[in-house]
Amino acid sequence: MQWLNSISLWIIPLLIGFILIYAVIKKVPAYESFVEGGKEGIGMAFSIIPFLVGMLVAISIFRASGALDAFVDLLRPFLDKIGVPSEILPLAIIRPISGNAALGMTSDLIAVHGPDSYIGRLAATIQGSTDTTFYVLTVYFGAVGIKKMGDALKVGLLADLVGIAAAILVVTFFFGY
Amino acid sequence: MVNYIWVGMTLIGIIFAMINGTMEQVNEAVFKSAKEAVTLCIGLISILVFWLGLMRVAEESRLLEKVSLLVRPLVRRLFPEVPSSHPAMGYIVSNIMANLFGLGNAATPLGIKAMEQLKKLNGGKTSASRSMITFLAINTSSITLIPATVIAIRMNYHSASPTDIVFPTLIATIISAAGGILIDRYFYYRRKRKGRE
Repeated sequence: MQWLNSISLWIIPLLIGFILIYAVIKKVPAYESFVEGGKEGIGMAFSIIPFLVGMLVAISIFRASGALDAFVDLLRPFLDKIGVPSEILPLAIIRPISGNAALGMTSDLIAVHGPDSYIGRLAATIQGSTDTTFYVLTVYFGAVGIKKMGDALKVGLLADLVGIAAAILVVTFFFGY
Repeated sequence: MVNYIWVGMTLIGIIFAMINGTMEQVNEAVFKSAKEAVTLCIGLISILVFWLGLMRVAEESRLLEKVSLLVRPLVRRLFPEVPSSHPAMGYIVSNIMANLFGLGNAATPLGIKAMEQLKKLNGGKTSASRSMITFLAINTSSITLIPATVIAIRMNYHSASPTDIVFPTLIATIISAAGGILIDRYFYYRRKRKGRE
């Protein structure tokens, strides 16, 4: 999969180059804008600390006690049959509910299984390719006072399911099991 | 809901440790993971600062607007009930763009604006319109160009090639977006058949 690695490797530098060239052509003070925008990142990183501490502590209590293994073992026979790695299940459950909780799960899976393992890559791909359905639903509909959501929740959750299935297929295809 | 999961995981873990005799490991886990979470967030600063800074450059050079114009015809087809000159369309496209470039914080206010306009289009009713459900379906499958946070986490744990998931993530996200749109269409036609729309 040499070409794949090349694409993944080239996307970011090319994008950076393109954005900067465009800024120069449009005579935008690139460096000043960059610094202004970058300030936001500091606040953002600090604001997720409490979420991540809370979630990572809960997950690691659950894991260290042996409860996670028991839970995963319980579901393994069923999940193995449909080709879903059981380690990923807690992440799949929490992904549509809370983005920050899922971020905690993802980093836990990457820490335990290694970033370049099958599970580590799968967790990264799921985290990157799906979004928090419940958050979007509550915030967007709540803010404008939509009370009857119709099929919205069903559609959102089914789309998440497709996303997780897609992540499993794509990661297996590109990196092997 | 997160509340229940969070309390549940912690309590079940502690009770499990009592029965299983793994209290020592649990004790260690509490302090180790709290520290790890903070270290992780500190590690995220580098990527977040760089990425948000770069995105500000793209915003001020009006590059994001330019890209929006490119995807507009495609988005228009997904929302047949929204007139193309209606402000809702502008907000929808900007929201999709913000998600595409990983600007979650910028995406939320734009998404709310889009919903406001969609509600106006729907005569101010408090039930979700067809376009609102489609908008939600696209949002939850969020098409991401560069998953910056995930790359940062992989870097933190010394991945040999932290960016090698960029292309697979893009493919997975396209499949899930396409799936979301198809599911949305399926439910729309089902409602139509039943005469509810």
